[in-house]
Amino acid sequence: MKTLRASLLRLAGLFSRNARRRDADFAAEIESHLQLHIDDNLRAGMDPVEARRMALVTLNGLEATREAYRDQGTVPILEHLSQDVRFAIRHLRKNPGFACAAILVLALGISASVSIFSFVDAALIKPLPFRDPNRLMDVTGSVESMRRSNISYLDYIDWREKNEVFQSLDVYTGNGFLMRTASGMEPVTAGQVSHGFFRTLGVSPILGRDFSEIEDKAGAQKVVMLSHIAWTKRFGGRPEAVGEVATLGGMPYVIIGVLPPEFQFAPNPHAELWTAIKPDGGCERRRSCHNMDGVARLKDGVPVETARANMATIAKQLEIQYPDSNRGRTATVAPLTDLISGATRPILLALFGGAALLLLIACVNVASLLLVRSESRRREMAVRTALGASGLRLVSQFLTEAVVLIAVGSALGLLGANGAIRVLVASIPNNVAAFVPFLKDVGLNPRVLLFATAVSVLIGILLALTPIVHASFSKLLAGLAEGSRGSAGVAWRRLDSKLVVAELAIAVVLLVGAGLLGKSLSNLLNVELGFQPAQLATISVAAPQISYGKSEQQVALGRKLVENIAALPGVEAVGLATQLPVTYNGNTTWIRIKGKPYNGEHHETNERDVSSDYFKTIGAKLVAGRYFTEDDDATKPAVTLINQTLARKHFPGGENPIGQQIGDTTLSAKSMRTVVGVVADIKEGALDSEIWPAIYHPLNQDPANFVSVVVRTAQSPISLLPLLGKTARQIDSDLGAFGEATFADLIDNSQTAFLHRFAAWLVGGFAALALLLSVVGLYGVVAYSVSQRTREIGVRMALGAQSASVYRLILEEAGWLATLGIAIGLLMSIAFATIGRSVLFGVSTWDLPTLAAVALLLGVAALLASYVPARRAAAVNPVEALRAE
Amino acid sequence: MSDKADIWQGTLALMTLKTLELLGPLHGYGIARRIEQTSGSLLTLNYGTLYPALLKLELEGAISSEWGVSENNRKAKFYKLTRAGRKRLEQEAKDWEQTTAIMARFFAATATVKGGAA
Repeated sequence: MKTLRASLLRLAGLFSRNARRRDADFAAEIESHLQLHIDDNLRAGMDPVEARRMALVTLNGLEATREAYRDQGTVPILEHLSQDVRFAIRHLRKNPGFACAAILVLALGISASVSIFSFVDAALIKPLPFRDPNRLMDVTGSVESMRRSNISYLDYIDWREKNEVFQSLDVYTGNGFLMRTASGMEPVTAGQVSHGFFRTLGVSPILGRDFSEIEDKAGAQKVVMLSHIAWTKRFGGRPEAVGEVATLGGMPYVIIGVLPPEFQFAPNPHAELWTAIKPDGGCERRRSCHNMDGVARLKDGVPVETARANMATIAKQLEIQYPDSNRGRTATVAPLTDLISGATRPILLALFGGAALLLLIACVNVASLLLVRSESRRREMAVRTALGASGLRLVSQFLTEAVVLIAVGSALGLLGANGAIRVLVASIPNNVAAFVPFLKDVGLNPRVLLFATAVSVLIGILLALTPIVHASFSKLLAGLAEGSRGSAGVAWRRLDSKLVVAELAIAVVLLVGAGLLGKSLSNLLNVELGFQPAQLATISVAAPQISYGKSEQQVALGRKLVENIAALPGVEAVGLATQLPVTYNGNTTWIRIKGKPYNGEHHETNERDVSSDYFKTIGAKLVAGRYFTEDDDATKPAVTLINQTLARKHFPGGENPIGQQIGDTTLSAKSMRTVVGVVADIKEGALDSEIWPAIYHPLNQDPANFVSVVVRTAQSPISLLPLLGKTARQIDSDLGAFGEATFADLIDNSQTAFLHRFAAWLVGGFAALALLLSVVGLYGVVAYSVSQRTREIGVRMALGAQSASVYRLILEEAGWLATLGIAIGLLMSIAFATIGRSVLFGVSTWDLPTLAAVALLLGVAALLASYVPARRAAAVNPVEALRAE
Repeated sequence: MSDKADIWQGTLALMTLKTLELLGPLHGYGIARRIEQTSGSLLTLNYGTLYPALLKLELEGAISSEWGVSENNRKAKFYKLTRAGRKRLEQEAKDWEQTTAIMARFFAATATVKGGAA
């Protein structure tokens, strides 16, 4: 208690007002003490001068007493600290070049690592916005060709009833409605869920009620749950909206509730409306129709592995029970987080690794700057030691300087990070952003600030240790005697050379990383698509079920769309498809070829319905047979086209697929189609995905009320975009027309392309900075070494050394460092690339051209960096060099 | 000087407190003189070391100070014991007696062993 009180008073003593008052008080007290003592001495018979001298002697010196008194009144360490800080700031201001360089380099390193960390934090660390999110599981089906595939409604019912590991298991699927708005028919994204979906997630409506148990049964009343945005945007945010009836796709739905504003479900990020799944549709009655995904909450204490095993057992039972539909189907159970941020994880971690390396190189750079300075301050240190500064005090001076640099560097780094985060977030295209729901959480939140602080402290320790490790202070006195000859460079050169080798090695790693990522990106963008995306524009058209429910209506609408859009100026060809290429592999069917042995396996095959001019429009290549014609409609024999992969798989050895019959797994009569052509493989899935077997049906034989239109134009496809929507709506104002884009943009901004571009550019930037820093570091070491060896060089030249041999002397040293750095770096980069190979595409982890190019680039840069000081060395005038000291 | 003991760390505070208990309010010089006299000149006291010790005691709340006038009409700062200080003195005096008693027995014991061995 008494020590606490004393400490507080001592802390208060730090403040100059208190300190001044106490000093004045003490001066008066000492004065009175001396007077009393002198009085006594005089009484004892001393003369006045002697009386005062004796009094002072017994006091043991006025100044020492005052200092001891002052130390008792404050906290000496803090007082020294504030002196050190002031001294450090004064010192740094006198060396603005050094201070600016060090601070800038630190700020760069910190802002890079902090801004990337903020993404890592938002994507991988921040928990999902649901109750107890790490108990939430993504529960879906799995087949050989798709690790994660949809489940059927009937399987879901069995899973829900038979599992022993989940508190609840629910399903969701996407959906959409056409809603009439002021600007015409607008397609609204919706979700369909089983009744317990929101309870499983732990989300409650802010208004109204959740789905009840009967609302996902067949024939139940149609009800809808509004997202917060739909409620405010479409229903004016009125509380009375709950209970009203909304017309969706021509059907009445009772509004039962409104979800909280922060609710977003990443697998269906745009859903504005949520309705209950009902087993009314055809798909829900077939075990082979897979159209939903599951989400479940684990029972308390049940680990994922147990859940996985339980689900696998159930899937196995179903496989035996229903071999026709469930053969080869198992179940997957994985944390919901994996589904939501799994795709971005490897790239984010690679970026984070890059940023960490950049930070490391920045630290090394600043450390070597500090070393050079501690070298040049040996004399100052020696003088201060001689004047009585303790070793501790000198160390704390170094520490303080490092801390001041880091404090300023971190502050600037945080500002930089704040800017960088904004720029990075703004650079993410909307279509990608929608599927990375964590983007809105990216920023300088407490966790990120904590990270920044930790990084700063770490750098502080690193930087403070460097000079301490290097300069043992016992040697400092030697510096005083040594004079300015400064042969002390040897020990320093050894440590600093190691730092430069490290810098060069890290630069190599980053450069190789940038090279590999750049190559991946280029491979990705040049991947064989099987069609010509340039000069293509697209739009999607949705027709209401009420007026376009019949096949003939849909066929007529398709023909009308093609006809009217083809009439637009500059349009060369128009095609329709139920799904555009370069979107995803999926929407599959199981095929069986008539006359071939079959033992019940499921051949997952992409199924697409396309119009007669579709292949011509997108610029696909016909390998054999013919394309569809406009006459291939319901009145004609059913026909189909296959891709080359399917042909190779099912008709190996040059067997002619034309004229073969393909049907469903039971070869039912209505499913049978005749193959009329083979088309070269078209990339249906993402840019980095594999080609799957694909089958194409004529849209006129298999019509739909939702189609994507592709248009080839002679003019700029962008200028065509506004006309496309207008033309569609002119046909029928009830049509929803949306998603206008040029095909080049679709590919360029696809999630895959974007992620690769993002990574390539960022790591490229890191690598450029690393190159700069390491070359500057090498230059610094060589230049310093030259300046320290001026005398030695002078002696050599006086003894007859030619300038060529001086060049060799310097360049050999630099060359050795560079070679070592590059060699270590190349080995490290192969190791790193192997760890991060999942983000590479079409390039091996030890791509020789990249490695060679990086080695060459750094070699040349290192040569240039050391050539300048070498030239200076060769130009040394031996007479002056010898006389200089 | 070498035959005089240097003052122990910590005992100065105790001596100061005891002095103030005996003599009532006193200035720094008076305390220093008193300690020297009581020790019978066995102790050298740097008067300079007294003031930090006084400040420490004051910060810890054992004593309080007030400016006043000395017996020979000099302005001086007078220190007096607070209630906390009185308690502390009591406690520390007890501790001290215990310590010295232990030390005394310890030395006596050593002597016996030594004697026995001889």
